[in-house]
Amino acid sequence: MPFVAGEYDVIVVGAGHAGCESALASARMGCNTLLLTINLDMVAFMPCNPSIGGPAKGHVVREIDALGGEMGRNIDKTYIQMRMLNTGKGPAVHALRAQADKFLYQHQMKETIENTPNLTLRQGMVEELIVEDGRCVGVEAKGGAQYFAKAVVVTTGTYLRGKVIVGELIYESGPNNQQPSLKLSESLKNLGLELVRFKTGTPPRVHGDTIDFSKTEIQPGDDKPKFFSYETKHADNEQLPCWLTYTSADTHEIINSNLDRAPMFSGVIEGTGPRYCPSIEDKIVRFADKPKHQIFLEPEGKNTREYYVQGLSTSMPEDVQLRILRSIPGLEKVEMMRTGYAIEYDAVVPTQLWPSLETKKVDGLFTAGQINGTSGYEEAAGQGLMAGINAARKVQGKEPVILSRSQGYIGVLIDDLVTKGTNEPYRLLTSRAEYRLLLRHDNADLRLTPTGREIGLITDERFAAFEEKVSLIEQETARLKETRVRPDETVQAMLQEANSAPLVNGIDALTLLRRPELSYAHIESLYPSPLPLDEDMKEQVEIQVKYAGYIDKQLIQVERLQKMEKKRIPEDIDYSLIHGLAMEAKQKMDRIRPLSIGQASRIAGVTPADISILLVYLEHYNRVTAKKHAETDAG
Amino acid sequence: MMTETIAAISTPLGEGGIAVIRVSGETAVQEVERIFHSKTKLTEVKSHTVNYGYIVDPDTNEQIEEVLITVMLAPRSYTMEDVVEINVHGGVVSMRRVMELLLKLEIRVAEPGEFTKRAFLNGRIDLSQAEAVMDLIRSKSDRAFDVAMKQAQGQLSKRIKDLRHTLVETLAHIEVNIDYPEHDVDELTSNFIQEKCGHVMAEIDKLLKTASEGKILREGIMTAIVGRPNVGKSSLLNALAQDNKAIVTDIPGTTRDVIEEMITINGIPLRLLDTAGIRETNDVVERIGVERSRTALQDADLVLFVVNNNEPLQADEREWLQQIEGRQVIIIVNKMDLPNQLDEQELAALAGRFPIVKMSAMLQDGIDALESAISDLFFSGKVESNDATYVSNVRHIGLLHKARRSLQEAVEASQAGIPIDIMQIDVRTGWELLGEIVGDSVGESLIDQIFSQFCLGK
Repeated sequence: MPFVAGEYDVIVVGAGHAGCESALASARMGCNTLLLTINLDMVAFMPCNPSIGGPAKGHVVREIDALGGEMGRNIDKTYIQMRMLNTGKGPAVHALRAQADKFLYQHQMKETIENTPNLTLRQGMVEELIVEDGRCVGVEAKGGAQYFAKAVVVTTGTYLRGKVIVGELIYESGPNNQQPSLKLSESLKNLGLELVRFKTGTPPRVHGDTIDFSKTEIQPGDDKPKFFSYETKHADNEQLPCWLTYTSADTHEIINSNLDRAPMFSGVIEGTGPRYCPSIEDKIVRFADKPKHQIFLEPEGKNTREYYVQGLSTSMPEDVQLRILRSIPGLEKVEMMRTGYAIEYDAVVPTQLWPSLETKKVDGLFTAGQINGTSGYEEAAGQGLMAGINAARKVQGKEPVILSRSQGYIGVLIDDLVTKGTNEPYRLLTSRAEYRLLLRHDNADLRLTPTGREIGLITDERFAAFEEKVSLIEQETARLKETRVRPDETVQAMLQEANSAPLVNGIDALTLLRRPELSYAHIESLYPSPLPLDEDMKEQVEIQVKYAGYIDKQLIQVERLQKMEKKRIPEDIDYSLIHGLAMEAKQKMDRIRPLSIGQASRIAGVTPADISILLVYLEHYNRVTAKKHAETDAG
Repeated sequence: MMTETIAAISTPLGEGGIAVIRVSGETAVQEVERIFHSKTKLTEVKSHTVNYGYIVDPDTNEQIEEVLITVMLAPRSYTMEDVVEINVHGGVVSMRRVMELLLKLEIRVAEPGEFTKRAFLNGRIDLSQAEAVMDLIRSKSDRAFDVAMKQAQGQLSKRIKDLRHTLVETLAHIEVNIDYPEHDVDELTSNFIQEKCGHVMAEIDKLLKTASEGKILREGIMTAIVGRPNVGKSSLLNALAQDNKAIVTDIPGTTRDVIEEMITINGIPLRLLDTAGIRETNDVVERIGVERSRTALQDADLVLFVVNNNEPLQADEREWLQQIEGRQVIIIVNKMDLPNQLDEQELAALAGRFPIVKMSAMLQDGIDALESAISDLFFSGKVESNDATYVSNVRHIGLLHKARRSLQEAVEASQAGIPIDIMQIDVRTGWELLGEIVGDSVGESLIDQIFSQFCLGK
């Protein structure tokens, strides 16, 4: 029997990485928030790799942190290894990656949620959305509990009609043998939302005591770890290494001779899997001439001997999985603790969303995370944060916050989803960003803290520290510009030491720093700064000075883009009335309903001529509207 | 996009001696000043003044052309932006060179209808004209699109696609190094990237060289030579080509194919197409030839219809002459050196307004008359080249120059020790600019390339 179980401002369905960020943001913004999950022991669970970050993904975590989200702080408290990747390349692609103690990570997040005011965490499986007059006003859980709210965020990950596949074994299940959510899909469909079937997978886990690490290569963490959160100044978590090994000729032989039992090839799997996360059987078939593939062995926590076998994602039958494992150097005697599996699930076609992540069909209903066709904890968390922020703002009667492609990877991610859609689980890559040099890992706080502050998720203390940082960076850059470097003995000696050409005339320190072979440390050794600069600030000065030419080039492009983004398209525009617009453009734009000319121009199939025509139409529309207003005012 | 400075030839090709190139945008005056040589600086002249001087190639200091330049400052111009109009006197060839120089600067070719679009958006054109403006953009774009589609099947397009492939492979490799730093894919060395960019630059240089010789340029009056078999079409083509020093003979093919020659007659570029005989046939190979000649005929700005003096007019020739409408035709009575069998009065009646020229292509007799008939039509404005083809060609050259410059910058950056992900920006720009030539610049194809080239995943 249905009964009223509570009233809230915002309800978040699902407490994975998207749901946690959504609920925390909403509650911190002052909205009375309910977070519902099928299983309270699964809050912020990592069903796949026990790691966070890496290129693009690590950037997102820093962006989440700059906006006042939780993921960065949480991993800083629970990491068991921290590595900066890509240090041999330019600053834009340096990327922090952490191995998490996946159990601690969950506990820490649950504790934070439990201690957040305005936030209620409750176990319950949502089976139906309650919609009145096209507005989502609540949810009903199994057992009849009805919760009402002004906005609902659905972040159900891979639980919707989840189906696990291990060889011939197929059963309805969420990730890691959790209960799947079978009825909510139906509810979404009944509301007119189009769903699509996607697939992902995970490798087997093995017992560390049965691994012969002497046959593998050690992969330690950094001696001086950096952190994800700009708030974390210090942490001395004990670090554990990862280990590298490779598949062998036997591995490939075992897989090839068992392809007839592989669901990937027998047609059992209907869902579209991601190209960037293929199963081992897929890799061996598609890249048959590659003699071996990397396998990383990653610890899942401090208090467990379970290891994640990265590179071996598979849905082969259990007996074949064990043989595959034992064909790998170092794993000859390994004990498998959990089998790998493929999982199919329903996702919402993301072009049905506004850039705020609210659905176009149902007012007040937001979706975020893997349900929107993405993959990865970080992609989920980034969307979750934005959906939570925008749900809260909707309740508070404020305009949604939409990050642009030049502001952050979160902006790139959401714009790609809602404008282009995706036909496979979407993963962020740095190459998806047009302005990679601007969207750096080191400057996420400079890019987004002011936005986080405006939203209300950045504390006074943190914002004061931020403003201090900005000011010191500016002062130091100005100081370098004013510092005259003369070709005296000390200077020439330093230059010689650094393999840099001697000076002929005096120049300013800023210009000298532009030389590729010189670093801020070189300049500092001659002209130490009187300012209280920390390492981050020095790095910031160095990057801004060194790459100014390239940065400026991208800024000009951004400025052009911004002009197009600022040209708003009225929501009630009728594309069928626009004279001269190609049929394909009419249909596509009517479906996506872009908010700006900039967004319209990114829709596949919309040509520059269509955009020109739309611009002329809008100009006409605006002038006519303005004229009408003027007449009404005068009348 | 709105602030970019744009240029276009604003007089139709073939209005005789003078051509006007119009440049519009915030930096129009400064940019044109970079190639203008005169006593007065364009940046200092008053609005609405005409200025005399030379267009000079800043790379070679070569004087390209004597010009008159009108400066019209915002908002008192057609687009209500700063506008510079360059009056070029030296015919098609020098106009093209000026246009090419402009496109090497920070200027791009105007999109179809873009001047009008800007004029409208800036409030110059009345509200009631909105629909007309939209129509104009649509029709001009569609026409440009048709031309682009035709070119996409050509040789140039194939070569550009090959170059893009080299670049996208390199880019995919760079991206994998960045996005999968722990993956066992070789780290790209700067030497390797320099080598790849160098190769593409050398190929672009070759393309630009042939472009300046007119080999890849297909602009000009599309002229189809049509007639029954053995009326002497090929000898006419040869005679014209010989007399006018063919710039190129570049389309290989059998005698049944369309053969193409670029010639200039009194400074007018002509693209001559000899078509296989127009008649029904069951021979498959021949039918292909006939199909092609039909297409050639469809596209032609001018048709040279050849009949044989030594033969009575045939039924299909009569039919053809009765059907032909809506295009410019010159009727050529060939083989005047052989006895007359043709009913000239009947031909004249059928010809109507079309001029008739008598000649003997074999003896090179009457070529002059044909040439002057062609230039008459051209200068009277009755024949107009498809200027969209022309524009797209200058545009290609501009894009090739810009792509080359980007790659050059990538190589220089690499030599200076700039990190790979930053150098990548220039390689990618080069790849995208080449993509604009073949009409394909979508980023997704880079991501496709990454996953088809490398085996990645967890």
